[in-house]
Amino acid sequence: MLTCRELADFLMAYLDEELPDEQRSAFEEHVRICPPCVHYVDTYKETVRLGRDLCGDAAEGPPPEDVPEALVQAILEARKRG
Amino acid sequence: MDDPGERAFVERLKAGDEKAYETLVREYSGRMLAVARRFLRSEDDARDAVQEAFVSAFRAIDRFEGGARISTWLHRIVVNAALMKLRTRRRRPEASIDELLPRWKENGHPVDAPTPWSAEKLVQQDQLRRLVQEGIDQLPDSYREVLILRDIEELDTQEAAETLGISANAVKTRLHRARQALREVLDPALKESV
Repeated sequence: MLTCRELADFLMAYLDEELPDEQRSAFEEHVRICPPCVHYVDTYKETVRLGRDLCGDAAEGPPPEDVPEALVQAILEARKRG
Repeated sequence: MDDPGERAFVERLKAGDEKAYETLVREYSGRMLAVARRFLRSEDDARDAVQEAFVSAFRAIDRFEGGARISTWLHRIVVNAALMKLRTRRRRPEASIDELLPRWKENGHPVDAPTPWSAEKLVQQDQLRRLVQEGIDQLPDSYREVLILRDIEELDTQEAAETLGISANAVKTRLHRARQALREVLDPALKESV
């Protein structure tokens, strides 16, 4: 029987389907009888989703318009200097 | 790259057309600045990384073969420039991530039993975005960069390993710890009120 700590250690491998069958079964058996670990798995997955959905390109929409003109000019100057 | 307009644009760059260079900078610097800001906490460092990325791109434009879109190519260059900048800023040994990881009793049970997160709090997008960004900023750099590359830039494990010059196993270990730490940081603000 896995402990809660071992379940947390194996969680990413479980989600990536990288656990051997025996460990996978032990993981699922633990989740069936341990509500706090169900919450841990759910909130871990939610953490991954939040990072992807709120901080990635898709979340940011159109490019920011606050690019300072000084930066644009510095880049173009660097281009001219070669 | 099968967009004829983009192919012609690249030819103008290769021919040294200064107007095309200005268009390139004005068109892509915003997106590149947004990417650099994900990695670098200082705005000055993010702007430096964008400038350094463009200088690298200008030097490499003759070798740009058109296998990728310009946007994808520039994206990779600015990610590398930001990572390089992060490394040069890492003068002191970074803080341990252990403080941010879940705590366990000797019998393997959690010190604080996990509880569900509030669906109501999870829909407050603007607040949530700030919370997640601040949470990511609390991670030590070597964990933060892995989390950004894998979960935000959506590189696969091997790509992230090659980008960072570490093993695939190190990427997996750091990613899992970074996610666990971020979950712990978000938990107090997102759990259901009792």
